[in-house]
Amino acid sequence: MSLALIAALPFLGALLPGLLIRAGRNACATVTGLVTAFALLGVLLHAPAVMRGEVVTARLEWLPALGLNANFFLDGLGLLFAGLILGIGLLIILYARFYLSTKDPMGQFYTYLLLFQGAMVGIVLSDNILLLLIFWELTSLSSFLLIGFWKHLPEGRQGARMALTVTGAGGLAMIAGMLILGNIVGSYDLTVILQNKELIQGSDWYLPALVLILIGAFTKSAQFPFHFWLPHAMAAPTPVSAYLHSATMVKAGLFLMARMWPVLAGTPEWFYIVATTGLITMIMAAKIAFFKDDLKALLAFSTVSHLGLITMLLGFGTAEAATVAVFHIINHATFKAALFMSAGIVDHEAHTRDIKRLGGLRHLMPITFTIVCVAALSMAGIPPLNGFLSKEMMLEETVHTVWLGNHWVMPALATLGAMFSVAYSFRLIAHTFLGPVRTDYPSKPHDPGFGMWAAPAILAVLVVAIGVMPMTMVGDLVRTTASAVIGGEAEVYISHWHGFVPALWLSVFAVGSGFVLLGLHRPFEAMWLSTPRPEAKAIFDAILEPFAMAAQAITDRLHDGSLARYLAVATLAILAVGYYAFESGVHSSGTRTLTIIEPVAAVGWLLLIGATASLFNYHRNRLLALVLVGVIGLMVSVGFVYLSAPDLALTQISVEVATVMLLLLALNFLPKDSPVESTAGRRGRDGMIAAAAGIGIGALIYALMMRDFAFPTIADYHLANSKPGGGGTNVVNVILVDFRGYDTFGEITVLGIAGLVIFALVEGLLRGGAANDRLLAWVPDQKRAGDRHPLMLVVATRMILPIALMVGVYIFLRGHNEPGGGFIAGLVVAIATIMQYMASGFGWAAARQRIDYHALIGWGVTIAGLCGIGSWFAARPFMTSSFGYFKLPFIEKFELATAAIFDLGVFLTVVGAVMLALASISRIAIRAGETVNIEPYDIQPDEEQTEGAR
Amino acid sequence: MELLVASAVGLMTACGVYLILRKRTFPVIVGLAMLSYAVNVFIFASGRLAIGLPAIITKHPEGYTDPLTQALVLTAIVISFGMTALIVMMALGAFLETGDDYIGMEEREQPAGPKEGAE
Repeated sequence: MSLALIAALPFLGALLPGLLIRAGRNACATVTGLVTAFALLGVLLHAPAVMRGEVVTARLEWLPALGLNANFFLDGLGLLFAGLILGIGLLIILYARFYLSTKDPMGQFYTYLLLFQGAMVGIVLSDNILLLLIFWELTSLSSFLLIGFWKHLPEGRQGARMALTVTGAGGLAMIAGMLILGNIVGSYDLTVILQNKELIQGSDWYLPALVLILIGAFTKSAQFPFHFWLPHAMAAPTPVSAYLHSATMVKAGLFLMARMWPVLAGTPEWFYIVATTGLITMIMAAKIAFFKDDLKALLAFSTVSHLGLITMLLGFGTAEAATVAVFHIINHATFKAALFMSAGIVDHEAHTRDIKRLGGLRHLMPITFTIVCVAALSMAGIPPLNGFLSKEMMLEETVHTVWLGNHWVMPALATLGAMFSVAYSFRLIAHTFLGPVRTDYPSKPHDPGFGMWAAPAILAVLVVAIGVMPMTMVGDLVRTTASAVIGGEAEVYISHWHGFVPALWLSVFAVGSGFVLLGLHRPFEAMWLSTPRPEAKAIFDAILEPFAMAAQAITDRLHDGSLARYLAVATLAILAVGYYAFESGVHSSGTRTLTIIEPVAAVGWLLLIGATASLFNYHRNRLLALVLVGVIGLMVSVGFVYLSAPDLALTQISVEVATVMLLLLALNFLPKDSPVESTAGRRGRDGMIAAAAGIGIGALIYALMMRDFAFPTIADYHLANSKPGGGGTNVVNVILVDFRGYDTFGEITVLGIAGLVIFALVEGLLRGGAANDRLLAWVPDQKRAGDRHPLMLVVATRMILPIALMVGVYIFLRGHNEPGGGFIAGLVVAIATIMQYMASGFGWAAARQRIDYHALIGWGVTIAGLCGIGSWFAARPFMTSSFGYFKLPFIEKFELATAAIFDLGVFLTVVGAVMLALASISRIAIRAGETVNIEPYDIQPDEEQTEGAR
Repeated sequence: MELLVASAVGLMTACGVYLILRKRTFPVIVGLAMLSYAVNVFIFASGRLAIGLPAIITKHPEGYTDPLTQALVLTAIVISFGMTALIVMMALGAFLETGDDYIGMEEREQPAGPKEGAE
């Protein structure tokens, strides 16, 4: 499977859970799992090659001009991370199926999860740093959605916002760093960058690039001083915490440091920044974790601490330390994800995760207890579990590390961190599960069903298996990955017994003192609680406060809710830009001669000008304004006829009819007059703006018309190819259905959407609420005509209908060669139908109308789309049309073109959208008490007669 | 002829801009309709004016008008109908929900004369 496909799979699959949630929660979870499993399979198929030391690549040109290519590669490091992301992802999907309650929107959750998964896979497979940055930002965005999944909880929203702010800001810094790096090397391809260690480290820009990239990595991996967001992100549902905050997202920063290790590591700057930050984070977070009562907060800080440990190891800059880092990444993912899921189980069953309210769960939840025991002991570094192995190796590395000329600082402080780690791990077991069974749990805890504990159990088994047989289980994986990290051949030797080396004593000391620390938890806690300490959230909020206030002040000033003001500012800005362009440009006088003004044109012009001026003057009388708009529209159509645009004239006049009808129907429910609201000064100012805009536009089009085309137009191409290529002599129609068929397809889709949105709007209005109440209590503000369905109109419209439909068909059929086509035919047919509604009443017309307008829109777009797809079967590009001439007996030779099918789609969509819009207004009228006529006349002559006869 | 078209486009634009700067939904909708006339004629006229030369291929052509701008404007006319219908419904919905067709959320200006109610 291509790497590009593997990266794309979760994104494509993200559509499925949202759809399949209708088929039930199991179907939804299954399809999510299948997408993930398929992507994992794709990765695993490449695994043998990668294990042999090969690098799998996939290259796609995207924007080569920017150096942005969709290049992917898979080496050992990518393999490890892609495996972790997809493998643990599968377990999380299983766990979440049982964790989420029926009230949670599960489809949404899995969609977000897959988006996040895709972004993570993208990061680890990218072979282009710009592409990597895009995926990097996508993880920030999708994790925002996941952390804030419980939108009703303020903590969730605030935590999500904080995470987004911190990691987003870090991401911005990283973009700058990456761009510098790309500039130094002259390529944005990772594989190229990784070959240029000397070039990068010798550059003056090395330090800025390093610092900026590290800010990105540190914020993502919650390193000091950016660690504070991670505990707040724990407001997320537990599957999210387990996935994002143990195995994947927070490891993205580590991944990046590991990825860049060959070119960035090994300098004193790298060592002091990275190793020191890691060390501080490790100790500080482990200490805080020891005092946390919330299970998830404890695990969150413990995660921060372990991330610090790995960061420190990467910071050492030696091949051995990097190997240990890789090994610990695997171990941490296994035991921490298991612990998070177990914490979720406890929370789910006992309805609390407060350690102070728990205890004695050992007997009530034996399965969960076993899982937690294994995972937590591994976290504490107890032999023979996997956490012991990597911790021991870590201590061994610190012993060989000199910090500012000092031999003992590193090992001593690392041991201190390990001691706290032991203490909080034991506390997690002892205070939650050991001790007497209590009677005051918020809910009676018991082990959950198999589905929920299966995922953490699998991880717990892995913890033991890797611990007991490290070389068999992960030896090759660690070697391949570490080789990829260091860009050379890594040596891996993992064993339980190294002899009586210093690391052993340090380890023994850490475990022993950790026990003592746990025993003294109570006095230490009293001390901890009584010492003041900075509250990260308060500081964060205090820093953001002035920015938020400034933003609000600016927004309030610029954005006061006045539409007129925005429009005035926009108009003036456009005018200013136009004027600047005119002033700064070069222009000469026009070369074309004026066309002669014939009297008829002058009359039309006078009418148009008169109507526009009157509209300006009488716009407060809305009915009059509508009449004037009708006059203007009519004159514009006549103008189109005069100026050689018969198609436009036909379209304009039919649209005009539909628009005026629509506005009239709407005006029925709107006030009939616009009150005077602006001061005279304001009106004068608006008039000035309007005049300036009018003069500007008028002058612009005059200048344009007086000049010849600066470049040869493509119109000539259309004229030359319309008949031979498109098979039609009406070039305008051929452009619509053939040359620019794709555009037209988009346009009818928009039109259809507009129709559907109108329907949805009315649906919402009539569902209940203020609008519905107002309509139910509606009193018409104008007298009604006594005869609602005038006999003459009823008879005339019925006579006209078949003729109008025939005209529609005629206009449709001639469209390819003569003025006409689907758009115009659709409007004609729609208007003929609306006339029935107006003349005979909605009820009568609707009872005889057996076509669903929604279906018309749907069919229209579908037919047009299928017509375009049809050309694929003839091995031609989308929307290629074809035509031929046929002869039947008794009929002249005639032409059939596939474009006609496309035009049929246009026709149907136009009819559907126009009818749906107008029918929606009549639904409002019915709600307002307009009686539904089943019979066409108010007076029934037949009945009167028979009644009279009686 | 060019002068007539240019002046008509200019006046329609001015009228449209003036109306969209009003404070009630209906004039704004009418103003948008005016602007779409102006823009449509503008785009059409950018293909230069021709009288009696339609874009229909004939055997003995005296010349053709520009078909491309016409095709662009044709769809623009239909789309602007769709959009007009949409904002009309939005305006209607807003009026029915609030009983007021005032646009905007700012403090209202007090005109010099007595203020008429919306309903």
